[in-house]
Amino acid sequence: MQDLGIQVLFRGTNFLRLWQGLWVSLQIAAISMLFSVILGIFLGMIMTGKNRIVRLLCRIYLETVRIMPQLVLLFLVYFGTAKHFGLDLSSEVSAVIVFTFWGTAEMGDLVRSAFLSIPSHQYESGYALGLQKWQVFFHIMIPQTVRRLLPSSVNLLSRMIKTTSLVVLIGVVEVVKVGKQIIDAARYDVPTSALWVYGTIFFMYFLICFPFSIASSYLEKRLKD
Amino acid sequence: MRKVRDFSLMDLEFILEFSPMYLEAAMLTIRIALIGIVASFITGLFCSIVKYLKIPVLVQFINLYIELSRNTPLLIQLFFLYFGLPKIGILLSSESCAIIGLTFLGGSYMAEALRTGIDQVTKIQTESAFSLGMKKSQVIRYIILPQAFTTSIPALCANMIFLIKETSVFSVVALADLMYVAKDLIGIYYKTDEALLMLVLSYLLLLLPISVICSMVERRMRYAGFGNTGTV
Repeated sequence: MQDLGIQVLFRGTNFLRLWQGLWVSLQIAAISMLFSVILGIFLGMIMTGKNRIVRLLCRIYLETVRIMPQLVLLFLVYFGTAKHFGLDLSSEVSAVIVFTFWGTAEMGDLVRSAFLSIPSHQYESGYALGLQKWQVFFHIMIPQTVRRLLPSSVNLLSRMIKTTSLVVLIGVVEVVKVGKQIIDAARYDVPTSALWVYGTIFFMYFLICFPFSIASSYLEKRLKD
Repeated sequence: MRKVRDFSLMDLEFILEFSPMYLEAAMLTIRIALIGIVASFITGLFCSIVKYLKIPVLVQFINLYIELSRNTPLLIQLFFLYFGLPKIGILLSSESCAIIGLTFLGGSYMAEALRTGIDQVTKIQTESAFSLGMKKSQVIRYIILPQAFTTSIPALCANMIFLIKETSVFSVVALADLMYVAKDLIGIYYKTDEALLMLVLSYLLLLLPISVICSMVERRMRYAGFGNTGTV
């Protein structure tokens, strides 16, 4: 049993360290998601507005996010800001900026389509019943939008978690980095450790994201009107 | 005091000198993305047909595969393929790693997109086909797939763009793609601006036409709905 690679996980606090590493990227994902939801709701409302120029600008923003790989954006912020704005952003802060930038666009688009998917007879009936504008908004629009929004935003959260795995490439010490350290430390006595460590990380991500995937499809079924 | 930098200062010569490198990298990206997308589509098609036919055992495996691939990042899948598997004797080149990784990821996304399309084919369609004496294989081939395909085109297009974007992480398996070249140039010459500009331009040139074509196709296909009138 001596050459079983899995033992490397139980050496010292290795297993715990991996989870701590994942926790770092989860924190980045959570913070970015929080900002994205707040800003995305605003963006979504702006996009449903009438102003053509504002809508054009939003469209350009969405298209940029749709086209540019997140990794390119990470590089731009991480390497670009240091040179041009004299800002020494840590990799964590650049990651939060980039993922918020990305998430806001995604969330904004979700909010916009949720808003637009409410049939016009809903708020027109509201007006016909003599409701004020804010009453229509709070009692008719908001509840239905949230209903439509919840499954897709849970889905966005799990995509956010998956995408934050990229932060290792700009030098955040997260789960992959910790994994590499563990592998390097055991290079000579446990040569197969890479298989076990990366396999474990793979399943750790799965364990984190799978509940969200279930939650998303459950909510979708449950909240269908 | 902060120095005010002149943004217009770009080393044009540098850009011209190294643009062939970007071109080469872009070609590599296109090649791998193309193979990956086609392979993903085939995988997705297979998975969705198995799911539609509810073939026992196989369907459980496919569900497991879809959940595994949808809930893990490509980066981690690549690390496992490229650094993990050689330890048990499975040695893959960077290119085959990239293609396998992309197909593993893309297959489930394509399967989901096609499945939504298949679900939207109304029962009346398949039942009429059966009553006309068509065999199951014929129903799938002539009735379900053509309709499912047209309704899932927006999702398939989105997946295509998603997969091309995902190719940006291939530099971790030592594949000389666009990111790799950019990182290299930044590392060697410290020409951050030029390298990043060319990187952004390359992805723009690569993906903008695809994005535009996709939205054109989507708009055209919207009228192709059959049997379910009132497609918006």
